[in-house]
Amino acid sequence: MVDIHAPHGSEARPGMGEPGTTREHHDHHELGFIQKYIFSVDHKVIGIQFMITGLIFFALGGLFAMAIRYQLAWPWEKMPVIGSVLFPNTGQAITPEFYTMLFTMHGTIMIFFVIIPLLTGAFGNYLIPLMIGAPDMAFPKLNMFGYWTMIPAIFCVFMAFIQPGGGPAAGWTAYPPLSTVTSAAPGSLSAQTWWLMALTWVGVSSMMGAVNYVTTIVKMRAPGMTMFRMPLTIWALFIAALLQLFALPVLTAASAMQICDRMLGTGFFTPTNLVVNQFNPETAGAAAGGQPLLWQHLFWFYSHPAVYIMVVPAMGLASDILSVHARKPVFGYKPMVYSMASIAGLGFIVWGHHMFASGMNPALGMTFMVATIMIALPSAIKVFNWLGTLWGSRIHLTSPMLFALGFVAMFIIGGLSGIWMAATPVDIYIHDTYIVVAHFHYVVFGGSVFAIFAAIYHWFPKMFGRMMNETLGKLHFVGTFIFTNGVFYMMHQLGMAGLMRRTADPYDYETYAHLQPLNEFITISAFLLFAWQIFFVWNFFHSMFWGKRVGRNPWRAASIEWDTPSPPGHGNFDAPLRVYRGPYEYASPEVEEDFVAQSRDLTGKSE
Amino acid sequence: MMRLLTTIMLLALLVFGLWSWVDYDYWLLGPSPAHYTWWWPEEFSTIGQDIDSLFYLIAVMVAVMFVITMGGLVLFTWKYSAKRQDKAVFSHGSHKLELLWTAVPAGLLLIIAFSQMSTFAEIQFASATQDEEGNDLPVHCEIWASQFDWRFRYPGKDGRFGTNDDFESPYELVLPLQENEEGDAKKLVFLLRSRDVLHSFFVPHLRFKRDAVPGMTQRIWLGIDDKQMEEVLATREEKSFDIICAELCGWGHYKMSGRVRVLPQDQYEAWVDEMTAQQFGNS
Repeated sequence: MVDIHAPHGSEARPGMGEPGTTREHHDHHELGFIQKYIFSVDHKVIGIQFMITGLIFFALGGLFAMAIRYQLAWPWEKMPVIGSVLFPNTGQAITPEFYTMLFTMHGTIMIFFVIIPLLTGAFGNYLIPLMIGAPDMAFPKLNMFGYWTMIPAIFCVFMAFIQPGGGPAAGWTAYPPLSTVTSAAPGSLSAQTWWLMALTWVGVSSMMGAVNYVTTIVKMRAPGMTMFRMPLTIWALFIAALLQLFALPVLTAASAMQICDRMLGTGFFTPTNLVVNQFNPETAGAAAGGQPLLWQHLFWFYSHPAVYIMVVPAMGLASDILSVHARKPVFGYKPMVYSMASIAGLGFIVWGHHMFASGMNPALGMTFMVATIMIALPSAIKVFNWLGTLWGSRIHLTSPMLFALGFVAMFIIGGLSGIWMAATPVDIYIHDTYIVVAHFHYVVFGGSVFAIFAAIYHWFPKMFGRMMNETLGKLHFVGTFIFTNGVFYMMHQLGMAGLMRRTADPYDYETYAHLQPLNEFITISAFLLFAWQIFFVWNFFHSMFWGKRVGRNPWRAASIEWDTPSPPGHGNFDAPLRVYRGPYEYASPEVEEDFVAQSRDLTGKSE
Repeated sequence: MMRLLTTIMLLALLVFGLWSWVDYDYWLLGPSPAHYTWWWPEEFSTIGQDIDSLFYLIAVMVAVMFVITMGGLVLFTWKYSAKRQDKAVFSHGSHKLELLWTAVPAGLLLIIAFSQMSTFAEIQFASATQDEEGNDLPVHCEIWASQFDWRFRYPGKDGRFGTNDDFESPYELVLPLQENEEGDAKKLVFLLRSRDVLHSFFVPHLRFKRDAVPGMTQRIWLGIDDKQMEEVLATREEKSFDIICAELCGWGHYKMSGRVRVLPQDQYEAWVDEMTAQQFGNS
């Protein structure tokens, strides 16, 4: 553990420590390039490593989505350019096996390699010490290890693609027996085992991060930084880390069980006398007598909280950004904290809403329904408080603010559509249809990804000491907003028509035959959405080296990460720090300016 | 400029968002098929109407909330620009407002939650496939799912399973139109099973869906509303309806289809005779 008293000094030390003494403590050994930027223990470098890795995987997962959309608009048609390389034997068209692999890996990559690493890995690492006034994480080496365990995860995922039979194809939910019995699908040969190992490694990485975040937030806050003076981003990351701590072990255990079923001949999820594709696992010496539903319970016990791990930090980021760029305190700070906490708490007792049609005991379905519908309440409270924040504010429509407003709009839609799914009788019809696809993309793409974009635009100057280009940022927002809705809004209507997910070619069904034009529209919007991200990619990498240099606090924000130089040096704060108030003192009548920094002493002592 | 553009985009989402639900002959789709009402396929099951009206109940509440919240977002984005405001209101919140927007949605959500329960119990509870004394209702046929087809196993003329006049209907589920003494549609009970992996028995026109789980036998039921069905049949030439697999079951998931056809009692019996003759010859 690093010296938690450095550099801001402790209460006991007279004069709260001289500026400079702690700098020397950190600076007297210069680190080489490899230690500084590759195997770094600095939370900022690790955060940026997570961010770059996440963004690269975002592009890959996006490519998978494009291939899925191509197939849905023009099923079994020649795929231009890459068709001849990937599908030489099927007339350059996607094969059904490949299609199942595509949506499996699209989901896996987006959830486990993009959204969770970007929110908790990148912003969790980067922001927690800076926003609470700590020199680094509580366990810097563990933190470094957390990033480097992503490497075996990435290795396993790539190994999964090159296995005989192609990549894993049992969906990101990996329901057995499809995923456990090797004869069930080509993707359930060795690829599925690599997939499970990748998931386990990702879990190990998240776990190390979560331990670190919780410890750091509880133990290493600067003097004066009480829990209720923490920015909502930190509250959100704290709650998300707790969710991971409690839920992840279950997923790890479940994937270990599935690995055992696949490799050691156990039968946790295999019922007796199962014959899949003329193969009975029992004849090969495997045990049976298990229950496929057990996996669903275990899987969703993690993966439903995981949904909140993916959206709660986004809520925190958006709250902070809205407040800074609207120059107004967050409306209802404590209700915001309590609502996030209750989303997380309720999040543990709603996993069964993924199983309303699964054959689970319907009495359980009832209780899960009530809990699930009630989770809309804290979500509604949050939306009202965001609106309250905007009311009477002074909005600056900067790129981060635009994406934060976009986040609120998308979250309204994604949140409201969830109520239909929570209602059991209605869900019987819409379960596994495109309404569900629309719903979670509004929350995870429209919500989390918009918040991630907002956060990148907002904290980029702190990370790299340079601004991102505002014009390009606004351009990026306009296209992304329009095409996101173009892609996902009409999916609600596809779902109303009963169109189910994971279907390579639905148009042979009489019920769906007329839906192709709508799918073509969605696909074209998706291509445009994907292509539009070039503005972001260019802006990101160009600004990293050639953006306009900025000082410490380009947004005139009140929270303490803006007290550090941009970018902050090793050890973060170059002067002793004390926190006097909450993080959202904008438009305060106490001062001439329109904000009071958290660290500013208004009693005149350090003015 | 940006303020105008952003406000227009948010407003467009609000207007387009509502309008796309109302206007079902949507320009992207062309006229919707004859067996559709609004955005979804017409239903003719005894439970379908309940499900649809619960959907509408939620839709109304969702629409109101959507207009309030999205409307607020549009309004505030337009009104509270830094260019027009000198200083923001210094407020950390309002206890009264928090109470208001906690209590009102909580009440509405509870109404939604409790209004679902009876319908759900009617569909899924064990009592749904039992008579008043709690005895299991007789099974009409067994539904077997496997990669990648549906098979329907009928008890044959003697009405008992496991006898040697049982026959199997691949692909097509044929149901008789039966009424009880009060003239209401009779419940038809089925056993839903899977031979290999998970599947899901989904009939959009009957608003029914249930996973077929290997190792588990589930009792499910369907009820046909005959008047409703005649109306639906009058709009179309095809006399049968899609059965779709709604749970990923492997590479051929997309083509795991079947059809359901409902016949009056006498035609149904003729169909049973025909199937028996087909599968057992003349004996």
